Parts: sequence; structure tokens; C-alpha cells
Amino acid sequence: MELKEKLISSFMAFENKVDVEAPVHEERIAAIKNFEDKGFPNKKQEAWKYTSLNNVLKHDYSVFPKEETALEYREVKKYFIHDIDSYKIVFIDGAYSSHLSQTTHDGIDVCLMSAALTKPKYRILIENYFNKVAEKDESLTSLNTAFSKEGAYIHIGRGKVVEKPIQIIHFATGKESSLLLQPRNLIVVDENSHVQVIERHQSLTENPILTNCVTEIFANKRAIIDYYKIQNDVQTASLVDNTYISQKRDSHVSVHTFSFGGNMTRNNLNFYHKDERIMSTLKGITLIGDKQHVDHYTLVHHAQPNCESHQEYKGVYADRSTGVFNGKILVEKEAQKTDAFQQNNNILLDDRATINTKPQLEIFADDVKCSHGCTIGQLDGDALFYLKTRGIPEKEAKGLLTYAFANNVLESVKIPQVKSRINRLIANKLGINIGFDL
Amino acid sequence: MLTIKNLHASVEDKGILKGIDLEVKAGEVHAIMGPNGSGKSTLSAVIAGKEEYEVTEGEIYLEGEDISELEADERAHKGIFMSFQYPVEIPGVSVTNFIKTAINETRKAQGLEDMPANEMLKKIREKSELLEIDRKFLSRSLNEGFSGGEKKRNEIFQMAMLEPKLAILDETDSGLDIDALRIVANGVNKLKGEDNAVVVITHYQRLLDHIVPDYVHVLHDGKIVKSGSKELAHELEEKGYDWIKQETSA
Repeated sequence: MELKEKLISSFMAFENKVDVEAPVHEERIAAIKNFEDKGFPNKKQEAWKYTSLNNVLKHDYSVFPKEETALEYREVKKYFIHDIDSYKIVFIDGAYSSHLSQTTHDGIDVCLMSAALTKPKYRILIENYFNKVAEKDESLTSLNTAFSKEGAYIHIGRGKVVEKPIQIIHFATGKESSLLLQPRNLIVVDENSHVQVIERHQSLTENPILTNCVTEIFANKRAIIDYYKIQNDVQTASLVDNTYISQKRDSHVSVHTFSFGGNMTRNNLNFYHKDERIMSTLKGITLIGDKQHVDHYTLVHHAQPNCESHQEYKGVYADRSTGVFNGKILVEKEAQKTDAFQQNNNILLDDRATINTKPQLEIFADDVKCSHGCTIGQLDGDALFYLKTRGIPEKEAKGLLTYAFANNVLESVKIPQVKSRINRLIANKLGINIGFDL
Repeated sequence: MLTIKNLHASVEDKGILKGIDLEVKAGEVHAIMGPNGSGKSTLSAVIAGKEEYEVTEGEIYLEGEDISELEADERAHKGIFMSFQYPVEIPGVSVTNFIKTAINETRKAQGLEDMPANEMLKKIREKSELLEIDRKFLSRSLNEGFSGGEKKRNEIFQMAMLEPKLAILDETDSGLDIDALRIVANGVNKLKGEDNAVVVITHYQRLLDHIVPDYVHVLHDGKIVKSGSKELAHELEEKGYDWIKQETSA
């Protein structure tokens, strides 16, 4: 049975596990119908021209893991930013792990989607926000909505600066020979509040994992949200990460995506401006090799005047790896005085590596500042020679230059421990030990 | 120290060096002068081991060992240093971390342990004082946003830290005001000793007022066409390179 058919028939089994009377269930039914109509995306569609799911979809994924698995903190400590005090929402094979988590209801809600979807006290919030910014037409997002049941639920009330970052980690243990995970996260940040989130998906074995994640983020007036995605998964894990962000007046939302591993990674990152004077920041470093594939598909929808977006992605591709950057900036007629910046720079370390980069600007307003640029190059031979004359061998010299190329994206990372972790991951990937003060 | 025999080198099949012979002994300072396009920078790059230049004939010896086939980093490990006309910017890597890396890579190649941190700090302090470099400068990203003078001073600082046997200074005077020139020259003079040698590559005589050479060689069309004492540099300054060109074509 093909995966699509398997999923559609699994939906009936899924309905036995959830409250079909709940209002959200109507959303699920509409979503499974949309997925049934559209199916998985394929390369004939413009948005998926350079990314094929064929190899990823050939596995016979389990949709519901049969048994729950426990993990000890020491086994998985290295996947946390562990040198920082933080809230943690941890899932093992899709199921919440209270043992590894540290949640709270003390003034803020850092807890579970399963609770939010079922408990009456969250009903109004769910009615107002659940599935309200996610693209209802998009088939993979619909697939996630149809099976939405568990994930992280974060609600920060008015005027709260959350001192501790929140780490959301999804582990896959490999208990099933192959597993499909569909976490559903909802983050609502009210007026004048500030929160930092770190998200990671980590497979612990070589058994194939496909994660189709949807995260909805709502930034209300003057809210500040900093979101860090650390993608450094094993070769057999694939990820489709769909993030939808709705911003209100004077809010600032930044998303940093660090893609250092995994088989196939597709990041659909969408920003929607609902009011004026909004700032959106999208940054990314992609550093991959072997036959890995990373696709960044971004959208910034400038729908109101006086908003800014700043987008900077750097890519380094070794071996036979492939990268895609498609950055769409849509400036509506009303969105005068928009300031939109987009930059995508790439280095190919190998003749067999590929990058397809495509800025896509659609501008309907006449008084805006929109700039974009993309480059594809190789390491500079003169620079390499310079480092070698200082006694630095070729491999280390290349690593140092690659590090220098990607480094400035880290300037906007506000959590020092995240910055140093990323620095270390980069040095590690480049196989260099260059005595940085980390 | 350095012996160059009948050196021919080309880039993309175009011959640039056409038979260079040069002998530099420990304790000596040699200046190589010449008009633009005479092959000065090529000569320094070939000695330092730039891959794009192909040695088609002849050899380069450092302390009796043929180094013509070695990679640039291996030559550096053996004690060759080249100061660049246009040093490379490396964002995110501080001057201090860069020099630590360079020193410890060289030590690794020589089978030594990393330099102990306190020794490294002491040396950095000592050498940065010599070149009138302040602490803030050391924590800046390597060459990023440096002025012309800062770049050159940083090059000589690296030389001071690496303590090479043979230092090649490629157009170190270009883009320097008189104060920076004095500091750089002063640094080079203090580093000069009985056991090392300096080759100064320059278009103008100006730097040679501060770093006084024992020998001056004039390069023209890929060959050394005239050698002499420091007075030769003054003569060149007065008469210009046309004088050499006429003399050699006559």
C-alpha cells in the first residue's frame, strides 16, 4: 500500500484516539480531505521543482508507534543546550516525556498540545489560534493538521519576559523499523512579551524517520520572539519543517535555521504581516556534505506599510550535496515604505555539489526599498595561499575560510550558549580545531 | 640560508621568471627592486610556494634542502615567512586566535606540543609592544576593516610571533604613512639577527632608508640584471628604471 493510502486509512484509526466532538476535529477532517485531493507534492509543482520526496516516501513508515520508549537524560544530554537553565518540552517517538521535560504553568504556559486541545481552559485560545495561520491549501501542512494531537504548546501572557529559553526536542528512538512523526506546535506570545525557543529533531538510530512538523507562531503587539532551529540529524532522517508566523504591530520575530545534517530537509518558513511597523528576521547557515539535501523555501508577506524584513542565508555544500534557496518576498499594494532585504551566498566545495538559488520578488507597491542578491562561488585561492604561508595546512585553511564565510550569520544569535554550540558544530563539521575562544 | 639556482617559473604557460640566481646568507638583508611587471611578486610567491606558479626549471634550497616541491604550509614549517601586500580578511577569527593557530600548527608539524597558554600570552604581549599594537586590536577579526597601515603592522606582528628563518616582505611599504613605515621598519630591524635573513621586495627606495640592505638586486624581465650594495638603490631612485632597461638592452 502506498504511503498516501496508508495515511488516509490510518485516519479512521486515529479518530478512535481523539475527541471527534471537539471543534478542532472539523479542521482535521477538512485537512485530510485536502491531503487526499492533493497527495504528496512532486517535482512538477513549481515549489518542489528542486526537491524530490520520492526516496523519502518509499519507506513503509509506521504512523503510530506501538510502544512507548523511555530515555535517560545522560543518553541524550548532548542534544540539549545543557549549559543553560531552560524549560524543556521533550517528545520520544511523538509521545511526551515528562521525565526529560521541564514545563510550567507559573504565569506562562509551557506545556503540551494534547492538553491544549482537550482541556476546557484552553478552548478559547485554541479557537482563536489553532490552524489560523497555517496554510490550509498546502498538502503536507494539511496532513499534519489531520493528525494533529501532540506537540509543544506555549502561551506567554501580556508583559512577560521569559528569562529561560524553551527547548523543544523531538527524539526518534528507532524502535519502529521506520516512523513518521507529525508534531504540531502552537506558540502564542501576547503584548509586550519576549520569549526564546530552541527546536531540534533528533533521530538516535539509522532507522528511517520522516518528520512532518507544523509550528504556528503568533506575535501580538510589541512581542519579541527569537526562534532557533538546530538541524543536525543523522543520514537516515528527513524533515519537512513548516513554520507559519503571524505578526502584529511593532512585533519582532527572528528565526535562525542551522542545517548541518539529515537526509532531506525542507524548511518552509512563512511570515505574514498583519499590521504596521513589524520586523522579521530570517537567517540560516547550511553546511552539508555526502548526498544530503537542504531546501529553504521562505515567504515574507508584506501586507501593511512601514514593515521591515531582513533575510540572510549562507550555504556551504561539499561532496554531492544539494541545496535550494527560494526566497519569496510579496509586497502588497498597501505595503508602502516596506524595507525588504534578502541575501543568499553559497560556496560549493566540490565539483559535484549543487545549489539552486532563486530570489522571487513580487512587488505591487511603488514606494518601497527591496534589495536582494545571491552569489555562488568557491573558496578564494589567494586566501588559501595566505593561510598556508602561515603554516596552516590545506584542510584546516579551507575550514577556517569556510568558517569565516558563514560566521557573520551568528552575530544576531542572542543566546551565547547557542552561539558557542553552533560555532562548535561548524568547527566539528569542517573537521577543524582552530583554538577559538568558544 | 636561501639558494636559488637558475629558477624559471611560469603561470598559465607564460614565462615570468627566466633564470634567477640568488644566494642569501644568514644575517643578511637583501632588497629586490624592479619596475612593475618585472617578476618581483612572482619571485616571492614562488619562494613561498604558491601553487598557481609552476617551476619549470631550477631549484630553491633552504639551508641546503630542496624545497621546490613542498606545499606552502610545509615551507612555512621549515621557516619561510612571507608578508603580503594584500593580506586576507577573516571575519570571526581574532588576530590572537589566528596567530595561536598558526604557531601551534607549525609546532605540530615539528612534533612539538601546543605552546603553553602563559608562554603564548607573554610572547603576544612582548611582540605587540614591539609593533605598538594595543590589546583591542588583537581581539579584532583578522584584517577585517583594518587600515593599510594596520594590515602591514599585523603582518610584521605575525612574523615576530612565528620567528621565521627567512622573511620575505612583499611591497610592505605600499600604503604606509611615514609613522607606520617607521614602526614596521623598526620591528623588522629588531627581529633581524645572525640566524635569520630578510628579503625585501620593493618598487621604491623609501623603505630601504629604514631597513638597510646588505645587497640590492634589480629584477627586469624575469632576471636579475644588476646586483650591488645599498648605493644601487639610491642610484635607481635618481636615474629611474629606464636606466636599467637601457643598460640591459644595450
